[in-house]
Amino acid sequence: MSVSEMFAALQGALGQDQDIREEIRKVVQALEQTAREILTLLQGVHQGPGFQHIPKKCQKAREHFGTVRTQMESLKTKFPADQYYRFHEHWRFVLQRLVFLAAFVVYLESETLVTREAVAEILGIEADRERGFHLDIEDYLSGILTLASELARLAVNSVTAGDYSRPLRISTFINELDSGFRLLNLKNDSLRKRYDGLKYDVKKIEEVVYDLSIRGLNKEATVGVSGEK
Amino acid sequence: SGGFRKRKHDNFPHGQRREEKENVNPPSALMTSFKSFQLELDTRHDKYERLVKLSRDITIESKRTIFLLHRFTSAPNGEEILNESEVKLDAVRRKIKQVAQELIGEDMYQFHRAISPGLQEYVEAVSFQYFIKTRSLISVEEINKQLIFTAEDREETTNMTSNSHDKQPHTWSLKVTPVDYLLGVADLTGELMRLCISSVGNGDIDTPFELSQFLRQIYDGFTFIGNTGPYEVSKKLYTLKQSLAKVENACYTLKVRGSEIPKHMLADVFSTKTELIDQEEGLP
Repeated sequence: MSVSEMFAALQGALGQDQDIREEIRKVVQALEQTAREILTLLQGVHQGPGFQHIPKKCQKAREHFGTVRTQMESLKTKFPADQYYRFHEHWRFVLQRLVFLAAFVVYLESETLVTREAVAEILGIEADRERGFHLDIEDYLSGILTLASELARLAVNSVTAGDYSRPLRISTFINELDSGFRLLNLKNDSLRKRYDGLKYDVKKIEEVVYDLSIRGLNKEATVGVSGEK
Repeated sequence: SGGFRKRKHDNFPHGQRREEKENVNPPSALMTSFKSFQLELDTRHDKYERLVKLSRDITIESKRTIFLLHRFTSAPNGEEILNESEVKLDAVRRKIKQVAQELIGEDMYQFHRAISPGLQEYVEAVSFQYFIKTRSLISVEEINKQLIFTAEDREETTNMTSNSHDKQPHTWSLKVTPVDYLLGVADLTGELMRLCISSVGNGDIDTPFELSQFLRQIYDGFTFIGNTGPYEVSKKLYTLKQSLAKVENACYTLKVRGSEIPKHMLADVFSTKTELIDQEEGLP
């Protein structure tokens, strides 16, 4: 084979590669759009009246995840199944965001941490690498860390809305999450950087809990969220 | 303050109290899953580190092979050097076999960053040797053909692959990706440029012309690929151009002054030139 033939063959391979990437980018854009819609929907809980409509918003968000599942289905067909990590970078960001959104919905519904298997199910993908398009563990953990900062914000806003019990529950949750993350030996990569931010979320929530306790506001929290003094 | 703490404690929803003090022993579901995450991440990082180490060994041995091959032209015992380089490359391939074993059942691209530098250096070494032997460019297929490994001793492999496929013939392979190949070939041109200059120094006036032709073919190939390839490839194109220019200038000097200078003095003419080139090479 002559040198020019060899390079022509290589060029062909690289060209195909580019086509695949182009296809993936298109689907990922659609996924990003859906993710934004879900986020906008869920952002509503931070506003005063939003607190009463949490179940309804969660239900709506769950419907949107149906769209996510079909889009994921189409993403799976765009590249050879055994080359997940070759194109991983393209959907990494949006997948982390979707994990966060799913975790947020599950938290709002049941105040528990969504498991990796459950997220995979919500997104219509696999939890295990062996079985196809899967959820990488680092992406899962990144998404969970985003949830932590969102909850820190939610703690602040729920106080503003007169819900004094929620911050206490969030605090318990975040503390457990924090001790969970402490178990991990992280490398000096992006996940580690995001984990470093967790302590600020913990601190923020502790401050909120402190403010409530010092004013005795958490007393009525156990009674109810009626709001009267 | 004791009273305060008690009160605060009471306010936590029942059943969800802080599990830090007495309830540590029965771990919550969350902690159990994070323990398994710890295991998974540690396993992954360990494998990555092992691959990085293998990649470094591959790089070092390949570099040594290249140095050895540079002695080829200047030494009379050419056959011996080629044989020695083959032995060295076999050693490198054994390392690559270890890499392939690490990657059994894994997605190669997940760990690609760990092994890519080593593979590129290997491509460089192997293609350099191939060029010296045959005066042509080795293809990716040819390289990959040498990276199909079969089990030599049974025990070792049954341990490695017992879980997946026991009855099948024990072969596994590692494929050099087109990009790794291209980057390796781009590095090869730098070696060829050095070979060209040193062969002039040895009074060999045919090799430079052969090399300039060969380099031009490769350069044409790279320009054909252009920016279809990833960023690193186009970055190498610039260095490639410089190497080609040096070789072409050497040929030019040979042509112009070769007729004037007696053959045994050619080395002196180029020794000053070589120094210049080496200095330029030292720059980043």
